Amino acid sequence: MSREKPEPVQVIKERRDRALARLISSVPYVRLLGIGFDRHGDELTAILRFDDHLIGNPLLPALHGGVTASFLEVTATLHLSWTWLWDEMEAGRLNAEHLELPRLPKTIDFTVDYLRAGLPRDAYARARVNRLGRRYASVHVEAWQDHRERLFAAATGHFLMPQSEPAAT
Amino acid sequence: MSDADSARPDKAKIAAQFIGAIPFSQALGMELDEIGDGWARISMPWSEALVGEPRTGVIHGGAVSALMDTCGGAAVMAHPQGAVSTATIDLRIDYMRAATPGQRVTAEATCHHVTRHVAFVRAVARDEEAGTPVATATGAFTFQRAEGA
Repeated sequence: MSREKPEPVQVIKERRDRALARLISSVPYVRLLGIGFDRHGDELTAILRFDDHLIGNPLLPALHGGVTASFLEVTATLHLSWTWLWDEMEAGRLNAEHLELPRLPKTIDFTVDYLRAGLPRDAYARARVNRLGRRYASVHVEAWQDHRERLFAAATGHFLMPQSEPAAT
Repeated sequence: MSDADSARPDKAKIAAQFIGAIPFSQALGMELDEIGDGWARISMPWSEALVGEPRTGVIHGGAVSALMDTCGGAAVMAHPQGAVSTATIDLRIDYMRAATPGQRVTAEATCHHVTRHVAFVRAVARDEEAGTPVATATGAFTFQRAEGA
């Protein structure tokens, strides 16, 4: 795929946003939770829009621990898929126009630290891929609400990467 | 609440209210099937909204986590030493296999030890097929006792 001149930035940006939107809209559980993503270059921030159905303890009130765990796990898997897609896109091996539903990594294990109660308001999360091998990946993810440094939850998970795509050797 | 011996009938009622009062557990269709001393079984039906892998219809691991977390909390609340409230400190889930699409997922949690402030929990999640569970979990929860208990 030789290019005569660099593509306009807007075209590249739109292609990336399309790939991301496709990735996110493909997962019903992500829609149930109401999770969206902000993208700046290859950096993703997940946003959990608060809604009453996300409450686990109505007396406090606080987010359900399962919501927190799900938010972190969704952030980790989508970030991991995005990292993989990004590499493929950058290498020109993947066309966002004709992208079929990407296979998502499978969670092997996931450990959540509940640091403080999740308040009934929007939450944010960012993941970091500590290792991405051909088969296994290790991802750390952190979530906060009002202050970036004041985490309300963090998690580490291990993932099995999808193997079906024909290896581009 | 402080009298463990008289707690059994109340326990089921409290636990049923416990889950009925949790909006997210309701959103996932969780039902309390059975509860005993430091032990609980909670299940939820397969639903399209819980799907995490659209190609196959397998539910998202996060939904299984939510079930395990709720069940773990219920087991802690059902412990004879009588917690008035609990919160998850940490929860590790091992995913052994995909839950079969269309099948109900059932979690069983046991609160196997409590200290003055901490409860230790083990849980297993299964679908309708025997054999290897869908997932197992281990967690630590806070154990808040009644004032003066």
